[in-house]
Amino acid sequence: MSRSEKSFSRRNFVGKMLALVPAFSIPACAPLSALRTSPAQAYSPRCFTWEEWAFLHAACARLIPTDENGPGAVELGVPEFIDREMNGAFGQAANWYMQGPFASARPELGYQSPLTPRAVYRAGIAAVDAHCRRRFGNKSFSELPATTQDSVLTDLEKGALDFENVSGTSFFGFLLQNTKEGYLADSIHGGNQNLGSWKLIGFPGARADFLDWVDKYGARYPLSPVGIAGRKG
Amino acid sequence: MVDIQQPPVDAVLVGFGWTGAIMGMELTEAGLKVVALERGENRDTYPDFAYPRIADELTYGIRHKLFQNLARETLTIRHSPRDRALPYRQLGSFLPGTGVGGGGVHWNGQHWRVLPEELRLKSHITERYGKRFMPDGMTIQDFGVSYEELEPYFDQFERVCGTSGKAGNLNGTIVEGGNPFEGQRAREFPLPPLADVYGASLFASAAKNLGYHPFSEPASNASRPYTNPYGAQLAPCNFCGYCERFGCYRYAKASPQTTILPVLLKKPNFELRTQSQVVRINLDSSGKRATGVTYLDAQGRTVYQPAELVVLCAYQLNNTRLLLQSGIGKPYNPATGQGVVGRNYTYQMTGGVLVFFDQDKPMNPFIGSGAGGQVIDDLNGDHFDHAPLGFIGGGYIGVIQTGGRPIQQMMLPKGTPQWGAPWKQAIKDHYLYTVNVQTHGTVMAHRDNYLDLDPTYRDVFGQPLLRMTFDWKENDIRMTQFVTTKAKEIAEAMGGKSIEVKMKQFGEHYDTRIYQTTHNVGGAAMGEDPRSSVVNRFLQAWDAPNVFVMGSSVFPQNIGYNPMGLAGALAYWSAQAIRTVYLKTPGPLVPA
Repeated sequence: MSRSEKSFSRRNFVGKMLALVPAFSIPACAPLSALRTSPAQAYSPRCFTWEEWAFLHAACARLIPTDENGPGAVELGVPEFIDREMNGAFGQAANWYMQGPFASARPELGYQSPLTPRAVYRAGIAAVDAHCRRRFGNKSFSELPATTQDSVLTDLEKGALDFENVSGTSFFGFLLQNTKEGYLADSIHGGNQNLGSWKLIGFPGARADFLDWVDKYGARYPLSPVGIAGRKG
Repeated sequence: MVDIQQPPVDAVLVGFGWTGAIMGMELTEAGLKVVALERGENRDTYPDFAYPRIADELTYGIRHKLFQNLARETLTIRHSPRDRALPYRQLGSFLPGTGVGGGGVHWNGQHWRVLPEELRLKSHITERYGKRFMPDGMTIQDFGVSYEELEPYFDQFERVCGTSGKAGNLNGTIVEGGNPFEGQRAREFPLPPLADVYGASLFASAAKNLGYHPFSEPASNASRPYTNPYGAQLAPCNFCGYCERFGCYRYAKASPQTTILPVLLKKPNFELRTQSQVVRINLDSSGKRATGVTYLDAQGRTVYQPAELVVLCAYQLNNTRLLLQSGIGKPYNPATGQGVVGRNYTYQMTGGVLVFFDQDKPMNPFIGSGAGGQVIDDLNGDHFDHAPLGFIGGGYIGVIQTGGRPIQQMMLPKGTPQWGAPWKQAIKDHYLYTVNVQTHGTVMAHRDNYLDLDPTYRDVFGQPLLRMTFDWKENDIRMTQFVTTKAKEIAEAMGGKSIEVKMKQFGEHYDTRIYQTTHNVGGAAMGEDPRSSVVNRFLQAWDAPNVFVMGSSVFPQNIGYNPMGLAGALAYWSAQAIRTVYLKTPGPLVPA
């Protein structure tokens, strides 16, 4: 995709976001300001619709927020990471055994649903947005104040919010797992731009060569992280 | 229906990981024409494990690029014979390998032998504690081979791997700094131990102060440049932190690729065929002799490979499945206790204690080797009196820091919120400052833990999946609670600000979702009695003497250590019997 197409997509997206979000309820996740400054904004989703994309930004912004500990999931490009994962082997469960018959079982026997992660996101986002519209005056999840968004996410996490055609806990599980993956993985996958999470925790990334540091007990490793593509954090 | 018939060979190897590479080397040295059939793809240090692409936690550590693709074949799992088994749809508690090198590519290199008493476990327990000490339903038995018989082959595999370590028992003399509880070694390790990271040194001091005997875990991660007996060269491990789940970019971790294949693949009497999925061992009309194997090639064509000798070198689960599919040996029936194939499947028991340190003590978890670290063996095997404790088995305790990959290896205190600003604060507060003291121990064989063929689910080739029936038993929970409680006392003495114990509880079911260990063993047990074993003491099938079964498939129950050192030694032991006896007079090496 060329630069100009990217810019167009961004304008298009921002325009749609503005259309979706009434001026009096700028959501606390602040995707608009993030969109204007984040490198991730130049990305057009290939799996998610614009409505789903708005949900994803809002949810990522609450799961790993921007705060005094540095950039959060949205600023580091996690929505792009998740969109890319959904179009890859993971989202399509390409490496999972997905033959039937399907049956429910003790949780210890693992994931037993015929739904791929991509299908879970699709159904989960629609179900959460429908729930929010019913419950909160016709507002979708991304239009809600941060505290309300947090309580919706908490209900999903605890199993208090479940749906007919998709498991709320499965949806939340994938969403949280993928958000953390995008935040902590190498930036070649679309998230963790500028290696922000690695700088926060002190992980040197792809340096992968520490023989001269093994016996420096209690010393802080001095070098900043580096990614696979060679970019330093 | 056969699309292609290959010319006959002397020996066909099914699977091409560690034991396949060992057998390939041994049988070609004996002058045999050998073909290895590997279901997966070819792989080598370059380009498959090359830096920097290998330093990618997501691709290799989390999405499991190098492991078995479950979309093609998996197994089903249930907790008891009364339950319905369901497919292991996503990789979780164990990670079977595939492709050239198999699990030898992405193991840690934790290279142990076995304790002498574990090879004759049933006899040993009976002699020391009496037959009634074994609870009802426990089906442990002897391996049928002694430590003394295996010693040269342990040594041989360690020389091939360039194992780093310190002997604790040299010809009966206890040596300071090594493991005083180990079986006798005829000579020192090929390389000295790896250096210790901070957490390991804190563990060693704490353990020593409590009267234990810490030592460096034997590691097939080279501590120095090394040339093995085949002429293959290893470079020193640089503690890159991308070991298990990854291939080694440094030529430092022993693998078939780094230690054997550079020589084996050049031999004119050896041929490797990848993307070759063996679906059956063919038998002659007597049903007592293999004539070769049938496999599907990359294009889906059915190929028949005639061979005088068939050696199963696949992963433990797959060896057992292929025996069941081929009708070699009587399938085990837990209701009657009759039959042998699939009997005595066991797993391994892990636990641990997290030690959280203050922020003035960075532990630098990203500085990691696959197997370097400090461990104690005081609570393994029968090194302590089990009579008052009421269980059989044990385990080792130690700090083996393999890396600080932040998605998988982030260690946070229980109760930490899973998301939001508090989670972010917690990863900042704990990532650099946490050490895991791990426990790793035995699981005993029980009558209703076993493997058979699943009646419902099939793989992408239309073959029935293997079905695993397994759950934790009281004996093994007692063991882990004992060992992990001792680990807690050591962890408390390491100078952290708090600790947290992770230990299995009575009544807890085997959880397939959480990674524990890829030390699945049994299903084709070795032994002295054809009524309770699939292969004899030379790993030769009782029911088809030209079929041999390698790997941890043949363990009749699990040992306290990581299994590869024993599996490698058994392959060399078996190869020696084939070379010196079987090839001269093909037939049963032990009368049935």
